[in-house]
Amino acid sequence: MTTVASTKVRKYHLALIGVALLILLMSLVRIMSGANDITSSGTFAAALMLAVPIGLAGLGGLWAERAGVVNIGLEGMMVLGTWFAGWAGYQWGAMAALLAGLIAGALGGLIHAIATVTFGVDHIISGVAINLLGPGVTRFLSEVLYKEGTGAGEAGAGITTSPALKSEAPEISLPLLSSGPDWLGSLERTHWFLLSDVAGILRGLTHGVDVLVILAVLLLPLTFFVLWHTAFGLRLRSAGENPWAAESLGVNVPLIKYVAVVISGAFAGLGGVFLVFVSTKYVEGQTGGRGFIGLAAMIFGNWRPGGLAAGAALFGYADGLQLRSSGAVTSFLLFGAALLVIYIGIKLRGMLASGQPAEAVTRGAREYTLMAAAAAGSIVLIWLWLTVDKLPDEFVNVTPHVLTLLVLLVASQRLRMPKADGVRYRRGEQH
Amino acid sequence: MPAGLFRALLTVAGAVAAIVVAIAISSVAILAAGASPMQAFAAFFDFGETERSVVNGIATMLNRSVPLFIAGLAVAIGFRMNLFNIGVEGQYKIAAVCAAYVGSLFVAPAPIQILVIIVVAAAVGGLYALIPAVMKVTRGVNEVISTIMLNYIAIQLAAFLVRGPFTGQRTEGQLTTNTPLLPESAWFPNLNVLFEMFGLPAPRGGGLWGFLVVAILLGVGLWVLLERTRFGFDVKASGLNPSAALASGVNPKKMVISAMVLSGAIAGLIGLPEILGDKHTFGSNFTPGLGFLGIAVALLGRNKPAGIAVAALLFGFLDRAQGPLQFASVPPSVIMIMQGAIVLLVVIANEITSRIAMRREERRAAQQLGRNTPVEVAA
Repeated sequence: MTTVASTKVRKYHLALIGVALLILLMSLVRIMSGANDITSSGTFAAALMLAVPIGLAGLGGLWAERAGVVNIGLEGMMVLGTWFAGWAGYQWGAMAALLAGLIAGALGGLIHAIATVTFGVDHIISGVAINLLGPGVTRFLSEVLYKEGTGAGEAGAGITTSPALKSEAPEISLPLLSSGPDWLGSLERTHWFLLSDVAGILRGLTHGVDVLVILAVLLLPLTFFVLWHTAFGLRLRSAGENPWAAESLGVNVPLIKYVAVVISGAFAGLGGVFLVFVSTKYVEGQTGGRGFIGLAAMIFGNWRPGGLAAGAALFGYADGLQLRSSGAVTSFLLFGAALLVIYIGIKLRGMLASGQPAEAVTRGAREYTLMAAAAAGSIVLIWLWLTVDKLPDEFVNVTPHVLTLLVLLVASQRLRMPKADGVRYRRGEQH
Repeated sequence: MPAGLFRALLTVAGAVAAIVVAIAISSVAILAAGASPMQAFAAFFDFGETERSVVNGIATMLNRSVPLFIAGLAVAIGFRMNLFNIGVEGQYKIAAVCAAYVGSLFVAPAPIQILVIIVVAAAVGGLYALIPAVMKVTRGVNEVISTIMLNYIAIQLAAFLVRGPFTGQRTEGQLTTNTPLLPESAWFPNLNVLFEMFGLPAPRGGGLWGFLVVAILLGVGLWVLLERTRFGFDVKASGLNPSAALASGVNPKKMVISAMVLSGAIAGLIGLPEILGDKHTFGSNFTPGLGFLGIAVALLGRNKPAGIAVAALLFGFLDRAQGPLQFASVPPSVIMIMQGAIVLLVVIANEITSRIAMRREERRAAQQLGRNTPVEVAA
């Protein structure tokens, strides 16, 4: 990392430069492969809708783990959120759905908190149990409330689906730019290099956006503010880093953990609500493991909100692109190859620069193997791009999982999770 | 009362209390659904009127218990050394599809054919579990996260394989894709003879799966391995106190790899009872969720083969009641609620009972030391 004094400015600038480079690279890939969907507004609109549930689940994970409770029950809580959102939504509309999903998720969180904080059950085990319980409870409720002959059944419900939502949240667009004259849209349709790409991305993020989606995105900076800039946040994070020290300073650690895990469940439930919004009704198995992907996004982001957002955006984008045009996904083989070539370039520059420390010379052999592997990898990727027309859906589906594994492999030494994460804590017990 | 007996009684009491509370919770759910809990619980014990239906019920229950038992064993090996192999779900899927495909490629005398299929399944499961193990020992990647990710990869990969390279003949009107049908030499003989010995009719369908025998042998073998060998002791030691194990010369990296691979190899066998005994193919509608239920079964059985067997039988018993519950107009998904609730309550009960036992131990120690204040026993 950079020096402490200039860290903030440098990081911010680095992020900006990174985003700019990313767009440039995507634009290049789009021009070369001709797959316009890579930066089309439709893809980005879909990506936003799909990234929000993942991001919310990730935020749920962040709240719990920052307070020292591992929450792999996110998936189960998310399932509870989807069901109750569907159930309340078909009767009273979108706002009720939001509220019901939130509360259901929070209840799931409460169960996790009771098991882990009060009874000291292993966090993983409790999470697994909740992941069993969530689908069981929702299936049961569907069988009771949505069976044939009930009012819901007549409204179009089945054992695996709820009736459609009564109302949807209002959508808004940026005036002039993405609605009405729709300047961004017309710019996008020209398919110019770079300009159209930026226009497409901006239009996708601003045209016909759900008001609730905007609120959900705002939860990210809010979480950052609460966890890192308030006394409550400091106490919460101290419960995750060193609960015994926190306790000695008068922090009510169990209470903090309870609050954190309940909020965590509420976030996961909210993620479920947005899944219901996407398909306008509850469908069994709708979460499709997104609770786990949210967890992956959080780890990807090194237990920080910014990184989490990047992870969620990436995974949401992969989902969205596949939804829009499964052929465009192959272009990312080219993208990967370009990244590898850049990596080799940077390494080469570093090696050719004079004044190497002695230690680097001894590591030379390893560096060379790495570079050779990168070169071979880029050639294979380009070859695949030239020969493969369409990747099987199954391969695209696992992109987030494979990426997470790669990040863990490459960066697990640099990832830093809260120190007392997953540790069984009891008041008054020293370690 | 001797401490050992007290502890055993406490454990049993905890398990019973957990099950009673779970029954109470599901009764509330059944009442809320507008059905009668008494009828529902009668349905669990309703095996039918005729001899044949009783036999069918018992066979269904045992057939469900066998894969759950194997899954529980697979999970328990990891749990014994605090290694969370959440990836059993993925390991058995990928192993099942590979074993079913390899088994359909050749025809050999039955024992060889079946042995090859079992070996392939165990090898694929073990290799797939090797990935998180290597990631853990070389790069320090937490096995919970990596196995969760690998689960999804395995499920998608299995779906791709059965749809693409490994796909077989598809009869008209069939909605699922399957691997090619296994030759008859790979059909594991069933155990219907057990029923016939008592003059009972044979159950219909695939009958009682013969893989039950393999599962029992596996359970006994694993008990010997875990309780009577140095390896088993090392596993236990690494779980209870990793630093003490390290100090006594146990190589933690080797332990992680061998425990994980063994766990994965056993996980690979989970799908075989169904493939060899009944379906004779791996299809896209293959029973899902056995790996996650295996975690529940292992927790319930306290990671000991005998306990896991009891837990697997309990889960098989509950799952069998799907049909009778429907006749009693009770939503059959109440079984899922019961299973989830039992697991959660049993782990909570375990915590409470171990706290009680600990407190008793502290008090006893304090009395023997002739002091009035309880002695702190380091956790």
